[in-house]
Amino acid sequence: MTGTSLIAAPAISPSLDEAARRFAAKRRRSLYVGALIFAGLAALPYAIRDVYLQNVLVLTLLYAALSQSWNILGGYCGQISLGHALYFGIGAYATSILFVNYGVSPWLGLGLGAVLAASIALAIGWPCFRLGGHYFSIATIVIAEAGLLLMQNWDFVGGAMGVQWPFNPDSWATLQFARDKIPHAHLALGLLVGTWLVTFVVAESRWGYGWRAVKDDPAAAQSLGVEVFRSKMAAAAISAFFTAVGGGLYASYVSYIDPESVMSFRFSLLFALPAVLGGVGTLWGALVGAAILIPITEISRSYLGGTGSGIDLIFYGGLVMVVAIARPEGVLSLFKRTRAARNEEV
Amino acid sequence: MSTDPSGPILRVDDVTLAFGGLVANRDVTLDVRRGEILGLIGPNGAGKSTLFNLISGVYRPSKGRILFEGTDITRLPPAERCRRGIARTFQVPRSFDSMNVLENVTVGALARHPNAASARRAALDTLERVELTHRAEAVAGELTPPEKRRLEVARALATGPRLLLLDEVLTGLTPSEAKAGVALIRRVAAMGVTVIMVEHVMEVVMPLVDRAVVLHLGSVLAQGLPAEVVRDDGVITAYLGERHRAA
Repeated sequence: MTGTSLIAAPAISPSLDEAARRFAAKRRRSLYVGALIFAGLAALPYAIRDVYLQNVLVLTLLYAALSQSWNILGGYCGQISLGHALYFGIGAYATSILFVNYGVSPWLGLGLGAVLAASIALAIGWPCFRLGGHYFSIATIVIAEAGLLLMQNWDFVGGAMGVQWPFNPDSWATLQFARDKIPHAHLALGLLVGTWLVTFVVAESRWGYGWRAVKDDPAAAQSLGVEVFRSKMAAAAISAFFTAVGGGLYASYVSYIDPESVMSFRFSLLFALPAVLGGVGTLWGALVGAAILIPITEISRSYLGGTGSGIDLIFYGGLVMVVAIARPEGVLSLFKRTRAARNEEV
Repeated sequence: MSTDPSGPILRVDDVTLAFGGLVANRDVTLDVRRGEILGLIGPNGAGKSTLFNLISGVYRPSKGRILFEGTDITRLPPAERCRRGIARTFQVPRSFDSMNVLENVTVGALARHPNAASARRAALDTLERVELTHRAEAVAGELTPPEKRRLEVARALATGPRLLLLDEVLTGLTPSEAKAGVALIRRVAAMGVTVIMVEHVMEVVMPLVDRAVVLHLGSVLAQGLPAEVVRDDGVITAYLGERHRAA
């Protein structure tokens, strides 16, 4: 039989070893590039003297980290959540209430808020992941809005008045720094590095492959042994976990939170947009998107200040439309294309 | 587990599936023998793809049982059936279009490999077997239709199945592509995988399969050796047409 030689091909040929080596080398290169970029970002706040610009940097890094968290569920697993403000709010409130009312260290509060948010994400996912596509997105909006209303009317968490952090001397123990922005730039960067590493590791694991398969075609995924429902639940829990850490860091940064300032729909959009703008389901999309979106909006907001709160939202909408028309795969795809073209020439 | 090596690998036992008033499969009973290539043929709407969906777990029957290697799998979800050794392709290829070919196959290989690194090796090995290695880095969305079919087979094979369901993998191919496809299916069978294939092109299927089952209006009309089936009066009337009677 003519096919015999093909069947008898050794299970591991030299070309397989070669391919495995090439792949490992590629992964190592990604890590080196990541280390270089993050080292640069760690040094950046020292180079910026202006406090206002330092503030923009803190927010950019924080939104990059939050969008990176959103990207785990929305970008890799394909479940577009427009309700991540809920988890952000849970993190912000858990950290603030535990610290202000009970004197619990914000470090512990960050962790507890994150675990709480992950649990709530699982409780929400249980019914909602039975919904397909747009219905899931709509459900997340509704649930987050319900959470906002609940917080506004819940006296224990300060109702519409919110929670004010006490004035304390600067300290890494309480994460309070009255004037110095650099510690929070590093905290936000720390979260970004954490979420980046989680994405980097998980993307090349059973979960990562499962998520992308679920995103592209759930029916095919389950026929190949992927547990579709469980994959979505895992992605939601991890995503909510880090979003809540970001919420807690944000609360420690601004020292005052109320429901509207941490749980409004605007935040849900702001977590999704950088990843969408930079490239959904990619390792660097969230950071690239945040680096474009946040500085422009923050600076334009300070110039257009009193003219109305909707201007920045109009701006996001316009930007997304431009990207959707010119580069549906996100800004990062600009670089990918050139690399592919280069490879073809060689 | 009651695994009888001499028994059929798959037993479809009096299975009926109705969607409201529409009966897609009625009282279907058939055995698939270990190691054979079984052709599932019949006109459009005969219930071939529905039967595939019942075997792979997308649907659950309204009545009847499905046994795989002696175990009742009627109520098991698709992912669990895959892990037990049933893999399938889809009539309209469902590749993961944002992933490259190697990543697509790695998803399948993860069904029986503990981690991504060993799954990737197995996927590369599978790509070699189906002769798609040269396209490993290509994004699945950019493949030609025959390449997509081949990828579907590769992905299913990577799960390490003992039973492979092929849904019209030879349909719409040029004669030379179909010939390559037939060679691939023969190699798969030679690896010890039992194959059930749904196909329309009789000239291609009949020389390839060991046995054929003809479905008509959701029920089994005839089954047997290919040569017997094509001479069956009922099959000629319902499916092949009168011109076959003369031949």
